[in-house]
Amino acid sequence: MKVIELNKTITESNDKDAALLRKELKEQQMELVNVMSSPGSGKTTLLSRMIQDMGDKRQIGVMEADIASEVDAIRIEKLGAKAIQAHTDGMCHMDAGMTARAMRALLEEKSLDLIFLENVGNLICPAEFDTGATMNMMILSVPEGDDKPLKYPLMFEKSDVLVITKMDTLEYFDFDLELCCERVKRLNPKIKIFPVSAKTGKGMTELENFML
Amino acid sequence: MHELGVTFKIIDDLKEVANENELVEIQKVVICLGEVSTVIPEYLHDCWKWARKREPLLENCELEIEPIKAITMCGDCKKTYETVKYAKICPYCKSENTWLVSGNQMMIKEIEVPEPQEQSM
Ligand SMILES: Nc1nc2c(ncn2[C@@H]2O[C@H](COP(=O)(O)OP(=O)(O)O)[C@@H](O)[C@H]2O)c(=O)[nH]1
Ligand SMILES: [Mg+2]
Ligand SMILES: [Zn+2]
Repeated sequence: MKVIELNKTITESNDKDAALLRKELKEQQMELVNVMSSPGSGKTTLLSRMIQDMGDKRQIGVMEADIASEVDAIRIEKLGAKAIQAHTDGMCHMDAGMTARAMRALLEEKSLDLIFLENVGNLICPAEFDTGATMNMMILSVPEGDDKPLKYPLMFEKSDVLVITKMDTLEYFDFDLELCCERVKRLNPKIKIFPVSAKTGKGMTELENFML
Repeated sequence: MHELGVTFKIIDDLKEVANENELVEIQKVVICLGEVSTVIPEYLHDCWKWARKREPLLENCELEIEPIKAITMCGDCKKTYETVKYAKICPYCKSENTWLVSGNQMMIKEIEVPEPQEQSM
């Protein structure tokens, strides 16, 4: 018997695929935003609002990887954005290979310039695998609590943008916005934080101006 | 289920290594797994037992998991502590200004293969 030492990180080949996809997206000037959150935090509602507000300035597509995504795809298409089905093969996250396969036709068509990837709803697995997106966006809703950064630090570390949504419900929950932001900034000093309500529209302009 | 995705990644990597080294059989693979790596060892073992049957290269390949302790460092009192016990809050000074120094690793450490002469027999 012979031992072969490998010392190979398991995410290494995924990281390579991700870097390739990211390079191609940048060359085509396409923004791919990987949207991550717990289930029900309000991803589809927030995306719907952004499509309505920004649809005349950007060509928007939404890639659905969430399990309950067929319903969401219908919501998205009604608003005039293109819905793209991604296949996770029953997995709990999208990896770079799956994302690249779902993006292939779009990269050739060049008809879209802003694509949101609605990743599988959970705060653990999607943070572990780089999808090749040009921006990572995490959505945290007020009812989930301000201690999420303490429980799921990796997701906050990996995100470029944090949207704190359902701000209209703040008075009903013990959610300390300042403390939450402080905890997040400690994990990731460069992260941009946008408190919004997708229901009332408060705070959406700041977020959309940043995205445009 | 996260472990299944990880299992497929390991299998892809091993197939590549086998190709490069012209291996037809791998008898054992050793994975280093951090305590807070998001992968649960028992689940990984279950996925492995199922998935290896689909690959002639790995049909009899045993999976060994070497756990790596998770350690967190406190930026205020500069002490380290066990992450799994105390999570983000330092047990010595109650600070939240802490970071993980070790424990999220997921790595293929080594594989065992038959000696070349064993293989040709
Ligand atoms: N009050 C309030 N409810 C919201 C807001 N955004 C989403 N919701 C509600 O939260 C629920 C889940 O939203 P959805 O967008 O489907 O979440 P997803 O699973 O992350 O896509 C729905 O009942 C929405 O109406 C918000 O800003 N304020
Ligand atoms: Mg949804
Ligand atoms: Zn301390």
